[in-house]
Amino acid sequence: MVSAVSIVDVVKHFGALQALVGVSLDIAEGEFFGLLGPNGAGKTTLISTLAGLVRADSGHLSVLGNDVVRDYRKARSLLGVVPQELVFDPFFSVRETLRIQSGYFGLRHNDDWIDEILENLDLAGKADVNMRRLSGGMKRRVLVAQALVHKPPVIVLDEPTAGVDVELRQGLWQFVRRLNGEGHTIILTTHYLEEAEALCGRIALMKQGRIIALDTTANLMAAHPGGSLEDVFVRTMNQ
Amino acid sequence: MIGFWTLFYKELLRFWKVAFQTVGAPVLTALLYLLIFGHVLDEHVQVHGVRYTSFLIPGLVMMQVLQNAFANSSSSLIQAKITGSIVFVLLPPIPYGAFFAAYVLASVARGLMVGLGVLVATLWFAELRMAAPLWVLAFAVLGAAILGALGMIAGLWSEKFDQLAAFQNFLIMPLTMLSGVFYSIHSLPAFWQGVSHYNPVFYMIDGFRYGFFGVSDVAPEASLAVVVACFAAVSLLTLNLLRRGWKLRA
Repeated sequence: MVSAVSIVDVVKHFGALQALVGVSLDIAEGEFFGLLGPNGAGKTTLISTLAGLVRADSGHLSVLGNDVVRDYRKARSLLGVVPQELVFDPFFSVRETLRIQSGYFGLRHNDDWIDEILENLDLAGKADVNMRRLSGGMKRRVLVAQALVHKPPVIVLDEPTAGVDVELRQGLWQFVRRLNGEGHTIILTTHYLEEAEALCGRIALMKQGRIIALDTTANLMAAHPGGSLEDVFVRTMNQ
Repeated sequence: MIGFWTLFYKELLRFWKVAFQTVGAPVLTALLYLLIFGHVLDEHVQVHGVRYTSFLIPGLVMMQVLQNAFANSSSSLIQAKITGSIVFVLLPPIPYGAFFAAYVLASVARGLMVGLGVLVATLWFAELRMAAPLWVLAFAVLGAAILGALGMIAGLWSEKFDQLAAFQNFLIMPLTMLSGVFYSIHSLPAFWQGVSHYNPVFYMIDGFRYGFFGVSDVAPEASLAVVVACFAAVSLLTLNLLRRGWKLRA
Protein backbone atom coordinates (compact mmCIF):
# COMPACT_ATOMS: atom_id res chain seq x y z
CA MET A 1 0.00 0.00 0.00
CA VAL A 2 1.30 3.48 -0.91
CA SER A 3 1.97 5.78 2.04
CA ALA A 4 0.23 9.14 2.13
CA VAL A 5 3.60 10.66 2.98
CA SER A 6 6.97 8.97 2.79
CA ILE A 7 10.09 10.72 4.10
CA VAL A 8 13.38 8.88 3.72
CA ASP A 9 16.62 10.02 5.34
CA VAL A 10 16.08 13.73 4.71
CA VAL A 11 18.94 16.09 5.55
CA LYS A 12 18.80 19.88 5.39
CA HIS A 13 21.35 22.49 6.43
CA PHE A 14 20.93 26.25 6.57
CA GLY A 15 24.55 27.32 6.59
CA ALA A 16 26.09 25.87 9.74
CA LEU A 17 22.67 24.99 11.21
CA GLN A 18 21.58 21.38 10.78
CA ALA A 19 17.82 21.77 10.47
CA LEU A 20 17.00 18.14 9.58
CA VAL A 21 19.31 15.26 10.46
CA GLY A 22 18.37 12.14 8.50
CA VAL A 23 14.63 12.25 9.16
CA SER A 24 12.63 9.21 8.03
CA LEU A 25 8.89 8.86 8.47
CA ASP A 26 5.92 7.07 6.92
CA ILE A 27 2.37 8.30 7.31
CA ALA A 28 -0.42 6.02 6.15
CA GLU A 29 -3.46 7.14 4.18
CA GLY A 30 -6.28 8.33 6.43
CA GLU A 31 -4.08 8.92 9.49
CA PHE A 32 -4.46 11.91 11.81
CA PHE A 33 -0.80 12.42 12.54
CA GLY A 34 0.82 14.82 15.01
CA LEU A 35 4.26 16.35 14.51
CA LEU A 36 5.29 17.91 17.80
CA GLY A 37 8.38 19.55 19.18
CA PRO A 38 9.72 22.78 20.64
CA ASN A 39 10.42 25.85 18.51
CA GLY A 40 13.37 25.20 16.21
CA ALA A 41 12.95 21.42 16.30
CA GLY A 42 12.59 21.27 12.49
CA LYS A 43 8.84 20.70 12.14
CA THR A 44 8.21 23.60 9.79
CA THR A 45 11.38 22.83 7.80
CA LEU A 46 10.17 19.26 7.35
CA ILE A 47 6.73 20.44 6.24
CA SER A 48 8.25 23.04 3.92
CA THR A 49 10.47 20.38 2.37
CA LEU A 50 7.43 18.22 1.78
CA ALA A 51 5.62 21.16 0.18
CA GLY A 52 8.56 22.10 -2.07
CA LEU A 53 9.21 25.43 -0.35
CA VAL A 54 12.54 24.11 0.92
CA ARG A 55 14.85 21.77 -0.99
CA ALA A 56 16.41 18.90 0.92
CA ASP A 57 20.19 18.50 0.72
CA SER A 58 19.67 14.74 0.49
CA GLY A 59 16.96 12.15 0.99
CA HIS A 60 13.59 11.64 -0.64
CA LEU A 61 10.05 12.77 0.09
CA SER A 62 6.90 11.70 -1.66
CA VAL A 63 3.16 12.34 -1.42
CA LEU A 64 1.02 9.32 -2.30
CA GLY A 65 3.98 7.86 -4.18
CA ASN A 66 4.84 11.05 -6.07
CA ASP A 67 8.35 12.40 -5.48
CA VAL A 68 8.16 16.06 -4.41
CA VAL A 69 11.05 17.02 -6.72
CA ARG A 70 10.72 14.70 -9.73
CA ASP A 71 6.89 14.62 -9.84
CA TYR A 72 6.43 17.99 -8.16
CA ARG A 73 3.27 18.94 -10.03
CA LYS A 74 1.41 15.78 -9.03
CA ALA A 75 2.80 15.86 -5.48
CA ARG A 76 1.74 19.47 -4.94
CA SER A 77 -1.74 18.88 -6.36
CA LEU A 78 -2.25 16.17 -3.70
CA LEU A 79 -1.11 18.36 -0.82
CA GLY A 80 -2.85 21.21 1.01
CA VAL A 81 -0.70 23.23 3.38
CA VAL A 82 -1.79 25.76 5.98
CA PRO A 83 1.33 27.85 6.58
CA GLN A 84 2.32 28.85 10.09
CA GLU A 85 2.78 32.55 9.27
CA LEU A 86 -0.36 34.68 9.09
CA VAL A 87 0.00 35.74 5.44
CA PHE A 88 -2.56 37.18 3.06
CA ASP A 89 -2.82 39.15 -0.17
CA PRO A 90 -4.25 42.57 0.74
CA PHE A 91 -5.69 43.26 -2.72
CA PHE A 92 -8.48 40.69 -2.61
CA SER A 93 -11.67 39.72 -0.81
CA VAL A 94 -12.07 36.33 0.84
CA ARG A 95 -14.01 34.90 -2.11
CA GLU A 96 -11.56 36.31 -4.66
CA THR A 97 -8.71 34.81 -2.66
CA LEU A 98 -10.32 31.37 -2.70
CA ARG A 99 -11.28 31.55 -6.39
CA ILE A 100 -7.74 32.54 -7.30
CA GLN A 101 -6.29 29.75 -5.16
CA SER A 102 -8.66 27.28 -6.86
CA GLY A 103 -7.41 28.47 -10.25
CA TYR A 104 -3.80 27.89 -9.26
CA PHE A 105 -4.75 24.26 -8.71
CA GLY A 106 -6.47 24.06 -12.09
CA LEU A 107 -10.07 24.44 -10.85
CA ARG A 108 -12.24 26.98 -12.65
CA HIS A 109 -15.80 26.52 -11.32
CA ASN A 110 -15.31 25.77 -7.64
CA ASP A 111 -17.89 28.00 -5.96
CA ASP A 112 -19.99 25.18 -4.50
CA TRP A 113 -17.04 23.79 -2.59
CA ILE A 114 -15.83 27.30 -1.69
CA ASP A 115 -19.27 28.05 -0.20
CA GLU A 116 -19.14 24.82 1.79
CA ILE A 117 -15.70 25.63 3.17
CA LEU A 118 -16.78 29.18 4.05
CA GLU A 119 -19.85 27.80 5.83
CA ASN A 120 -17.85 25.24 7.80
CA LEU A 121 -15.21 27.76 8.82
CA ASP A 122 -17.84 30.34 9.79
CA LEU A 123 -16.64 32.74 7.09
CA ALA A 124 -19.77 32.88 4.92
CA GLY A 125 -20.64 36.36 6.20
CA LYS A 126 -17.17 37.62 5.32
CA ALA A 127 -16.99 36.25 1.76
CA ASP A 128 -16.95 39.67 0.11
CA VAL A 129 -14.87 41.45 2.73
CA ASN A 130 -11.31 42.48 1.87
CA MET A 131 -8.65 40.39 3.60
CA ARG A 132 -7.20 43.50 5.30
CA ARG A 133 -10.43 44.00 7.24
CA LEU A 134 -10.45 40.56 8.87
CA SER A 135 -9.30 39.83 12.40
CA GLY A 136 -6.25 37.61 12.97
CA GLY A 137 -8.41 34.58 13.73
CA MET A 138 -10.44 35.06 10.57
CA LYS A 139 -7.32 35.45 8.44
CA ARG A 140 -6.08 32.17 9.96
CA ARG A 141 -9.32 30.47 8.92
CA VAL A 142 -8.97 31.83 5.38
CA LEU A 143 -5.52 30.21 5.29
CA VAL A 144 -7.17 26.92 6.22
CA ALA A 145 -9.77 27.47 3.50
CA GLN A 146 -7.05 28.18 0.91
CA ALA A 147 -5.37 24.89 1.76
CA LEU A 148 -8.65 23.03 1.21
CA VAL A 149 -9.90 24.57 -2.06
CA HIS A 150 -8.64 21.68 -4.18
CA LYS A 151 -9.83 18.96 -1.74
CA PRO A 152 -6.31 17.61 -1.23
CA PRO A 153 -6.07 14.02 0.03
CA VAL A 154 -3.19 15.06 2.31
CA ILE A 155 -3.66 18.15 4.48
CA VAL A 156 -0.84 19.70 6.49
CA LEU A 157 -1.85 22.07 9.26
CA ASP A 158 1.11 24.00 10.67
CA GLU A 159 -0.18 25.48 13.93
CA PRO A 160 -3.61 26.27 12.50
CA THR A 161 -5.22 27.37 15.76
CA ALA A 162 -2.67 29.96 16.89
CA GLY A 163 -4.67 33.11 17.66
CA VAL A 164 -8.05 31.47 17.02
CA ASP A 165 -10.60 31.71 19.83
CA VAL A 166 -11.95 28.59 21.58
CA GLU A 167 -15.34 28.44 19.90
CA LEU A 168 -13.93 28.81 16.40
CA ARG A 169 -11.14 26.37 17.21
CA GLN A 170 -13.76 23.75 18.06
CA GLY A 171 -15.56 24.46 14.80
CA LEU A 172 -12.31 24.06 12.88
CA TRP A 173 -11.52 20.72 14.54
CA GLN A 174 -15.02 19.47 13.86
CA PHE A 175 -14.52 20.24 10.16
CA VAL A 176 -11.03 18.73 10.05
CA ARG A 177 -12.28 15.59 11.84
CA ARG A 178 -15.00 15.30 9.23
CA LEU A 179 -12.41 15.55 6.44
CA ASN A 180 -10.30 12.92 8.20
CA GLY A 181 -13.38 10.71 8.50
CA GLU A 182 -13.91 11.08 4.74
CA GLY A 183 -10.41 9.70 4.14
CA HIS A 184 -8.18 12.78 4.09
CA THR A 185 -4.83 12.31 5.76
CA ILE A 186 -4.14 15.05 8.30
CA ILE A 187 -0.70 16.10 9.51
CA LEU A 188 -0.84 18.52 12.40
CA THR A 189 1.79 20.56 14.18
CA THR A 190 0.64 22.44 17.24
CA HIS A 191 1.84 23.75 20.57
CA TYR A 192 -1.59 22.97 22.07
CA LEU A 193 -0.74 19.45 23.23
CA GLU A 194 -4.23 18.73 24.52
CA GLU A 195 -5.47 19.17 20.93
CA ALA A 196 -2.86 16.73 19.63
CA GLU A 197 -3.78 14.27 22.38
CA ALA A 198 -7.45 14.44 21.50
CA LEU A 199 -7.07 14.36 17.71
CA CYS A 200 -3.96 12.46 16.65
CA GLY A 201 -3.78 8.70 16.34
CA ARG A 202 0.00 8.74 16.04
CA ILE A 203 2.59 11.28 17.05
CA ALA A 204 6.23 12.03 16.21
CA LEU A 205 8.26 14.13 18.63
CA MET A 206 11.08 16.14 17.07
CA LYS A 207 14.09 17.74 18.70
CA GLN A 208 17.06 19.44 17.03
CA GLY A 209 16.18 18.14 13.56
CA ARG A 210 15.67 14.52 14.63
CA ILE A 211 12.64 12.38 15.41
CA ILE A 212 13.23 11.24 18.98
CA ALA A 213 9.93 9.42 19.55
CA LEU A 214 7.38 7.96 17.17
CA ASP A 215 4.40 5.89 18.24
CA THR A 216 0.65 5.82 18.61
CA THR A 217 -0.70 8.40 21.02
CA ALA A 218 -1.97 5.56 23.23
CA ASN A 219 1.46 3.89 23.42
CA LEU A 220 3.24 7.16 24.15
CA MET A 221 0.80 7.85 26.97
CA ALA A 222 1.09 4.28 28.27
CA ALA A 223 4.83 4.70 28.67
CA HIS A 224 4.14 7.45 31.21
CA PRO A 225 1.09 6.20 33.14
CA GLY A 226 -1.20 8.75 34.66
CA GLY A 227 0.32 11.66 32.80
CA SER A 228 -0.95 13.87 30.01
CA LEU A 229 0.68 14.25 26.61
CA GLU A 230 2.30 17.37 27.99
CA ASP A 231 4.06 15.22 30.65
CA VAL A 232 5.17 12.78 27.95
CA PHE A 233 6.44 15.70 25.85
CA VAL A 234 8.41 17.30 28.71
CA ARG A 235 9.96 14.01 29.83
CA THR A 236 10.91 12.97 26.33
CA MET A 237 12.47 16.33 25.53
CA ASN A 238 14.52 16.24 28.73
CA GLN A 239 15.84 12.72 28.22
CA MET B 1 -3.20 26.25 -18.43
CA ILE B 2 -5.82 27.27 -15.83
CA GLY B 3 -3.01 27.94 -13.37
CA PHE B 4 -1.32 30.27 -15.85
CA TRP B 5 -4.55 32.14 -16.70
CA THR B 6 -5.41 32.51 -13.02
CA LEU B 7 -2.00 33.92 -12.16
CA PHE B 8 -2.19 36.27 -15.15
CA TYR B 9 -5.70 37.38 -14.14
CA LYS B 10 -4.57 37.86 -10.53
CA GLU B 11 -1.67 40.04 -11.67
CA LEU B 12 -4.02 42.13 -13.86
CA LEU B 13 -6.51 42.50 -11.02
CA ARG B 14 -3.72 43.49 -8.63
CA PHE B 15 -2.71 46.59 -10.58
CA TRP B 16 -6.22 47.36 -11.81
CA LYS B 17 -7.53 47.61 -8.23
CA VAL B 18 -5.11 50.49 -7.69
CA ALA B 19 -5.30 51.91 -11.23
CA PHE B 20 -5.26 55.50 -9.98
CA GLN B 21 -1.73 54.86 -8.74
CA THR B 22 -0.55 52.34 -11.34
CA VAL B 23 -2.05 53.85 -14.51
CA GLY B 24 -3.28 57.38 -13.71
CA ALA B 25 -0.12 58.64 -11.96
CA PRO B 26 2.34 57.73 -14.76
CA VAL B 27 0.05 59.37 -17.33
CA LEU B 28 0.10 62.57 -15.28
CA THR B 29 3.91 62.41 -14.92
CA ALA B 30 4.31 62.10 -18.69
CA LEU B 31 1.97 65.05 -19.23
CA LEU B 32 4.06 67.17 -16.89
CA TYR B 33 7.23 66.29 -18.82
CA LEU B 34 5.48 67.22 -22.04
CA LEU B 35 4.13 70.51 -20.71
CA ILE B 36 7.52 71.62 -19.36
CA PHE B 37 9.84 70.45 -22.13
CA GLY B 38 7.34 71.18 -24.89
CA HIS B 39 6.77 74.72 -23.60
CA VAL B 40 10.49 75.47 -23.36
CA LEU B 41 11.72 73.79 -26.54
CA ASP B 42 8.87 73.48 -29.05
CA GLU B 43 9.55 76.75 -30.88
CA HIS B 44 13.33 76.33 -30.88
CA VAL B 45 13.99 72.69 -31.69
CA GLN B 46 13.12 70.37 -34.55
CA VAL B 47 14.26 66.74 -34.68
CA HIS B 48 14.07 64.53 -37.78
CA GLY B 49 12.15 67.43 -39.37
CA VAL B 50 9.29 67.37 -36.81
CA ARG B 51 8.45 69.84 -34.05
CA TYR B 52 9.94 69.00 -30.67
CA THR B 53 6.60 68.29 -28.95
CA SER B 54 5.67 65.77 -31.65
CA PHE B 55 9.14 64.20 -31.41
CA LEU B 56 8.91 63.98 -27.63
CA ILE B 57 5.52 62.25 -27.38
CA PRO B 58 6.53 58.77 -28.67
CA GLY B 59 9.59 58.86 -26.40
CA LEU B 60 7.46 59.69 -23.36
CA VAL B 61 4.93 56.99 -24.27
CA MET B 62 7.64 54.35 -24.59
CA MET B 63 9.42 55.50 -21.43
CA GLN B 64 6.24 55.01 -19.43
CA VAL B 65 5.54 51.67 -21.12
CA LEU B 66 8.97 50.42 -20.08
CA GLN B 67 9.07 51.85 -16.56
CA ASN B 68 5.60 50.61 -15.71
CA ALA B 69 6.21 47.15 -17.11
CA PHE B 70 9.25 46.93 -14.86
CA ALA B 71 7.34 48.33 -11.87
CA ASN B 72 4.53 45.80 -12.26
CA SER B 73 6.43 42.53 -11.99
CA SER B 74 9.08 43.83 -9.58
CA SER B 75 6.62 45.37 -7.10
CA SER B 76 4.32 42.36 -7.21
CA LEU B 77 7.15 39.94 -6.43
CA ILE B 78 8.80 42.00 -3.71
CA GLN B 79 5.46 42.64 -1.98
CA ALA B 80 4.59 38.95 -2.10
CA LYS B 81 8.03 37.99 -0.78
CA ILE B 82 8.03 40.51 2.05
CA THR B 83 4.46 39.81 3.18
CA GLY B 84 4.95 36.06 2.75
CA SER B 85 1.98 35.71 0.38
CA ILE B 86 4.38 34.32 -2.24
CA VAL B 87 3.62 30.88 -0.72
CA PHE B 88 0.21 30.98 -2.39
CA VAL B 89 1.88 30.70 -5.80
CA LEU B 90 4.74 28.46 -4.67
CA LEU B 91 2.56 25.73 -3.11
CA PRO B 92 0.38 24.98 -6.18
CA PRO B 93 1.64 22.95 -9.15
CA ILE B 94 2.31 25.95 -11.42
CA PRO B 95 5.23 25.27 -13.81
CA TYR B 96 7.96 27.90 -13.78
CA GLY B 97 7.34 28.68 -17.47
CA ALA B 98 3.70 29.55 -16.71
CA PHE B 99 4.87 31.62 -13.72
CA PHE B 100 7.20 33.58 -16.03
CA ALA B 101 4.62 34.05 -18.78
CA ALA B 102 1.90 35.25 -16.39
CA TYR B 103 4.08 37.90 -14.74
CA VAL B 104 5.60 39.11 -18.01
CA LEU B 105 2.26 39.29 -19.86
CA ALA B 106 0.65 41.21 -16.99
CA SER B 107 3.59 43.63 -17.10
CA VAL B 108 3.10 44.04 -20.84
CA ALA B 109 -0.61 44.69 -20.27
CA ARG B 110 0.08 47.40 -17.68
CA GLY B 111 2.82 48.94 -19.82
CA LEU B 112 0.54 49.11 -22.88
CA MET B 113 -2.36 50.46 -20.85
CA VAL B 114 -0.22 53.27 -19.44
CA GLY B 115 1.32 53.90 -22.88
CA LEU B 116 -2.12 54.17 -24.46
CA GLY B 117 -3.20 56.52 -21.68
CA VAL B 118 -0.19 58.79 -22.27
CA LEU B 119 -0.76 58.72 -26.03
CA VAL B 120 -4.43 59.67 -25.73
CA ALA B 121 -3.72 62.40 -23.16
CA THR B 122 -0.94 63.95 -25.24
CA LEU B 123 -2.91 64.00 -28.49
CA TRP B 124 -4.26 67.39 -27.41
CA PHE B 125 -0.77 68.87 -27.64
CA ALA B 126 0.47 67.79 -31.05
CA GLU B 127 -0.69 66.20 -34.26
CA LEU B 128 0.69 62.69 -34.49
CA ARG B 129 0.31 60.03 -37.16
CA MET B 130 1.63 56.51 -37.18
CA ALA B 131 3.70 55.88 -40.31
CA ALA B 132 4.11 52.17 -39.46
CA PRO B 133 1.75 50.99 -36.67
CA LEU B 134 3.11 47.43 -36.64
CA TRP B 135 6.56 48.70 -35.72
CA VAL B 136 4.97 50.71 -32.91
CA LEU B 137 3.21 47.64 -31.58
CA ALA B 138 6.23 45.34 -31.97
CA PHE B 139 8.60 47.61 -30.07
CA ALA B 140 6.03 48.42 -27.37
CA VAL B 141 5.25 44.74 -26.70
CA LEU B 142 8.84 43.52 -26.85
CA GLY B 143 10.17 46.44 -24.81
CA ALA B 144 7.52 45.93 -22.14
CA ALA B 145 8.24 42.18 -22.08
CA ILE B 146 11.98 42.79 -21.59
CA LEU B 147 11.37 45.22 -18.75
CA GLY B 148 8.72 42.90 -17.27
CA ALA B 149 11.27 40.08 -17.21
CA LEU B 150 13.92 42.42 -15.78
CA GLY B 151 11.39 43.39 -13.12
CA MET B 152 11.05 39.71 -12.23
CA ILE B 153 14.82 39.42 -11.80
CA ALA B 154 14.86 42.56 -9.64
CA GLY B 155 11.91 41.29 -7.59
CA LEU B 156 13.54 37.90 -7.09
CA TRP B 157 16.91 39.40 -6.18
CA SER B 158 15.62 42.07 -3.78
CA GLU B 159 14.97 41.18 -0.17
CA LYS B 160 14.02 44.71 0.87
CA PHE B 161 12.20 47.58 -0.82
CA ASP B 162 15.33 49.74 -0.81
CA GLN B 163 17.23 47.10 -2.81
CA LEU B 164 14.49 47.20 -5.42
CA ALA B 165 14.55 51.01 -5.37
CA ALA B 166 18.31 50.90 -5.99
CA PHE B 167 17.80 48.59 -8.98
CA GLN B 168 15.14 50.95 -10.31
CA ASN B 169 16.93 54.26 -9.60
CA PHE B 170 20.49 53.29 -10.51
CA LEU B 171 19.85 51.00 -13.48
CA ILE B 172 16.39 51.24 -15.03
CA MET B 173 15.92 55.01 -14.65
CA PRO B 174 19.32 56.02 -16.18
CA LEU B 175 18.91 53.46 -18.99
CA THR B 176 15.50 54.88 -19.94
CA MET B 177 16.28 58.58 -19.39
CA LEU B 178 19.55 58.35 -21.38
CA SER B 179 18.06 56.38 -24.25
CA GLY B 180 16.94 59.21 -26.50
CA VAL B 181 13.51 59.85 -24.98
CA PHE B 182 14.19 63.59 -24.97
CA TYR B 183 16.69 63.89 -27.84
CA SER B 184 18.09 62.27 -30.94
CA ILE B 185 21.48 60.75 -30.27
CA HIS B 186 22.76 62.61 -33.35
CA SER B 187 22.68 65.73 -31.20
CA LEU B 188 25.22 64.15 -28.83
CA PRO B 189 29.04 64.32 -29.07
CA ALA B 190 30.54 61.35 -30.91
CA PHE B 191 31.69 59.65 -27.71
CA TRP B 192 28.21 59.68 -26.15
CA GLN B 193 26.65 58.58 -29.42
CA GLY B 194 28.90 55.53 -29.22
CA VAL B 195 27.96 54.92 -25.58
CA SER B 196 24.26 55.18 -26.44
CA HIS B 197 24.61 52.25 -28.82
CA TYR B 198 25.41 50.02 -25.82
CA ASN B 199 22.10 50.95 -24.18
CA PRO B 200 19.42 48.45 -25.28
CA VAL B 201 16.64 50.87 -24.31
CA PHE B 202 17.90 53.25 -27.00
CA TYR B 203 16.90 50.68 -29.67
CA MET B 204 13.44 50.25 -28.10
CA ILE B 205 12.77 54.00 -28.12
CA ASP B 206 14.31 54.57 -31.56
CA GLY B 207 12.39 51.71 -33.16
CA PHE B 208 9.15 52.78 -31.48
CA ARG B 209 9.65 56.33 -32.74
CA TYR B 210 10.30 55.02 -36.26
CA GLY B 211 6.75 53.65 -36.22
CA PHE B 212 5.44 57.21 -35.87
CA PHE B 213 7.72 59.26 -38.13
CA GLY B 214 9.22 56.71 -40.50
CA VAL B 215 12.70 58.02 -39.64
CA SER B 216 15.08 56.92 -36.89
CA ASP B 217 18.69 57.11 -35.74
CA VAL B 218 19.23 53.40 -36.50
CA ALA B 219 17.52 51.19 -39.12
CA PRO B 220 14.40 49.68 -37.46
CA GLU B 221 15.37 46.17 -38.57
CA ALA B 222 18.65 46.50 -36.67
CA SER B 223 16.82 47.84 -33.59
CA LEU B 224 14.36 44.97 -33.77
CA ALA B 225 17.19 42.44 -33.94
CA VAL B 226 18.81 43.96 -30.83
CA VAL B 227 15.48 44.02 -28.96
CA VAL B 228 14.63 40.41 -29.87
CA ALA B 229 18.11 39.29 -28.77
CA CYS B 230 17.72 41.16 -25.47
CA PHE B 231 14.31 39.60 -24.90
CA ALA B 232 15.69 36.12 -25.54
CA ALA B 233 18.65 36.70 -23.20
CA VAL B 234 16.63 38.21 -20.34
CA SER B 235 13.92 35.55 -20.69
CA LEU B 236 16.42 32.69 -20.59
CA LEU B 237 18.07 34.16 -17.52
CA THR B 238 14.73 34.67 -15.73
CA LEU B 239 13.49 31.19 -16.62
CA ASN B 240 16.73 29.70 -15.34
CA LEU B 241 16.40 31.57 -12.04
CA LEU B 242 12.78 30.43 -11.67
CA ARG B 243 13.66 26.82 -12.51
CA ARG B 244 16.27 26.85 -9.75
CA GLY B 245 13.84 28.53 -7.36
CA TRP B 246 16.46 31.27 -6.83
CA LYS B 247 15.59 33.25 -3.69
CA LEU B 248 12.13 31.66 -3.71
CA ARG B 249 12.74 28.13 -2.44
CA ALA B 250 15.36 27.74 0.30
